[in-house]
Amino acid sequence: MNLYTRRLLINRLGIGLSMLAMVFGLVALMWILWILFSKGFSAFSWDFFTQDTPAPGTAGGGLRNAIVGSVMIIGVTTLVSTPIGILAGIYLAEFGTTSKFAATTRFVTDIMLSAPSIVIGLFVYALMVVTLGGFSGWSGSVALSLIAIPVVVRTTENMLRLVPASLREAAFAIGAPHWRVSLSITLRAVKAGVVTGVLLAIARVTGETAPLLFTALNNQFFSTDMSQPMGNLPVVIFQFAMSPYDNWVQLAWGGALLIALLVLGINIGARFLFRQKDKI
Amino acid sequence: MPDHNVQIGEEAVLKIRKLDFFYGDFKGLNNVNLDIARNKVTAFIGPSGCGKSTLLRTFNRMYDLYPGQRAEGEILFNGNNLLDRKQDVNLVRAKIGMVFQKPTPFPMTIYENIAFGVRLYEKLSASEMNDRVEWALNKAALWGEVKDKLQQSGLSLSGGQQQRLCIARAVAVKPEIVLLDEPTSALDPISTAKVEELIDELKLDYTIAIVTHNMQQAARISDYTAFMYLGELIEFGKTDELFVKPRVPQTEDYITGRFG
Repeated sequence: MNLYTRRLLINRLGIGLSMLAMVFGLVALMWILWILFSKGFSAFSWDFFTQDTPAPGTAGGGLRNAIVGSVMIIGVTTLVSTPIGILAGIYLAEFGTTSKFAATTRFVTDIMLSAPSIVIGLFVYALMVVTLGGFSGWSGSVALSLIAIPVVVRTTENMLRLVPASLREAAFAIGAPHWRVSLSITLRAVKAGVVTGVLLAIARVTGETAPLLFTALNNQFFSTDMSQPMGNLPVVIFQFAMSPYDNWVQLAWGGALLIALLVLGINIGARFLFRQKDKI
Repeated sequence: MPDHNVQIGEEAVLKIRKLDFFYGDFKGLNNVNLDIARNKVTAFIGPSGCGKSTLLRTFNRMYDLYPGQRAEGEILFNGNNLLDRKQDVNLVRAKIGMVFQKPTPFPMTIYENIAFGVRLYEKLSASEMNDRVEWALNKAALWGEVKDKLQQSGLSLSGGQQQRLCIARAVAVKPEIVLLDEPTSALDPISTAKVEELIDELKLDYTIAIVTHNMQQAARISDYTAFMYLGELIEFGKTDELFVKPRVPQTEDYITGRFG
């Protein structure tokens, strides 16, 4: 066998193995989606979105209180973590490139990125639930923010670091002060990337269950009061899926499909946005 | 000691005296002395790494962005020492504009690219701003090409147009000096010719300092030329004299192509 055929074979082998790995990953995803659809889609109905979670032994019911609760908790999380995360990212990339404080922040952020979410849940439980005397939607948002902020910080910083030095210099060369350069020029140049980071952070916290178990807990009834325990999709799925009631299990599948579709939608949206980064 | 010949017998807008520059421990410029004449084009030539860009970047304190880089000596701009710590660098940069090797339009519309810098230091009404944008784009010989697409992204222009947009942007804030750091080395010959014509017109209103790799370009467009080598100013004088009758052998070697 000469060198050329040998190389050709190795090449084919390499491509073959990568294809196999890709198929493996894709099949797993498709399988999950297929199971979710086949078991959960039948739960989607008018009642699913308009009725609240049923009491044990009651027929029917829906997930309205959990959907609204999730939207509110995640909405507050987004409002809190987006500005904090972006500003911290700007600080790390634009101002604190050489400072010790920034290096420490970067290090802690990296640890937070991989911190088990149940630990964060327990932390907020001790910090807020115990001291304030009860589970609440607010504490759920705080726990989720602690998970979302590091994601936003890291993406913002990484995106800003991709801005070529020449663009930054050009902005300084016109006499713009540092904060102006950061907000109007460099952040603007990577706007799509930063928004993508925020969307991915939202997608990440949408499915988080453990932090909410200790904080927002759950609420069988419809409530928009963030200072009370609040219904939310992940915890409802967790509780209903393990229950002996058929209609609860059915609702859990429906909720799981809903969350999967939401996260999938956000991810696709983020990719779509990122592809348009050349436009203004 | 090389022949510095700092006096030019004309009004100098910048006076550089005993300028040393350091990248950390490395000395990038050694005792540079020269005058930049008002409303003239001064070109800096020399082989790569000779310090010509470094010198240009001291005029607007660009090096300030990077820790570890520092300049010592004096750069007198209308009597003020630019290197003085108390000097407001943003004000300096508003008076001494810069255009870079690679076109760097801001990620915004063509109109905003011009208006951004103007807004930093002047409060203009909408119609005054429109006039200023048109004026600046005219100065950069770009108005005719972009007047119907001012709301398009600056990134949508061709490389040559982007570079003229950057020149318009620098001119729009009405600086006294425009620094050009190899402004045509990323451009095609036709765009290069346009930018060179532009430089010729700009010097009626502004003082131009240009770094170029291209000796022919320096000979074509400049009134004064400074030849640098290994961080030192080797020879400085009227362009006609320097290219026709260099006084220092090293200059002659470089401009006749024997090294560099």
